[in-house]
Amino acid sequence: MINKLDEALRFHQVALSLRSARQELLASNIANADTPGYKARDIDFSSALQNAMAGSTEKLPMATSSSAHLDGNTGSSVMGAPVLYRRPDQPSADGNTVNMDVERAQSADNALRYEAGIKFLSDDLKDMLAALQP
Amino acid sequence: MSLFNIFNIAGSGMAAQSQRLNVVASNLANADSTTSANGKPYRAKEVVFSATPVGEAQGVKVLGVTESTAPMKMVYEPSHPMADAKGYVSMPNVNVVDEMVNMISASRSYQNNVDMLNTSKTLLLKTLTIGQ
Repeated sequence: MINKLDEALRFHQVALSLRSARQELLASNIANADTPGYKARDIDFSSALQNAMAGSTEKLPMATSSSAHLDGNTGSSVMGAPVLYRRPDQPSADGNTVNMDVERAQSADNALRYEAGIKFLSDDLKDMLAALQP
Repeated sequence: MSLFNIFNIAGSGMAAQSQRLNVVASNLANADSTTSANGKPYRAKEVVFSATPVGEAQGVKVLGVTESTAPMKMVYEPSHPMADAKGYVSMPNVNVVDEMVNMISASRSYQNNVDMLNTSKTLLLKTLTIGQ
């Protein structure tokens, strides 16, 4: 029974973790809006969620036969999802690619979806509690 | 936990922006200071931002404060005590328009970081309501 509970709640847990990780990336982008040379970063949420649910990572590990070989790690990742760079539509002269309008909109969107995720999770828990009533 | 780390990231952004605002205030206050502690006219100062790792993500830190190398404004004022042999006084190279733009930009960026912090606080409080 307990493993069924876990199965029912795992999706919400993974989705909320990814949402909060994404919020952290967006906070980094907003904090570095005036840092020369900073490149705005984000994750592709839907593919990241699919991979996290499937338990796979997008990176293919390279086969190594010596400890001196590189592991093929191409960069930072969030829960197995690679952190991508945003495609700039009008980069500034100092090489910064943060577009504040985009970041604010994405952050509001992400926060709303996080709250929605919490609501869905709470409702699922309420359903289960209702089923447990004699 | 990532949402708690947002406090550190937005906090580093706010600290950096307020330091920038501080430098702008110093520049505007000294826009007419023809002499300073080292006997030379005041030079406009500027902060240099740099991305720095905070946990998994990137915060901001101020690498240092640099002095502008722009030429000094030479004003003809023979009666001024700091005037040179030809009667010119070198005034600080502070561009007041630049400083005002910098001030508005710094205050907007600061507000954006505050909003980010408030959002993450709201999300954390919502997280505490799970199962209630």
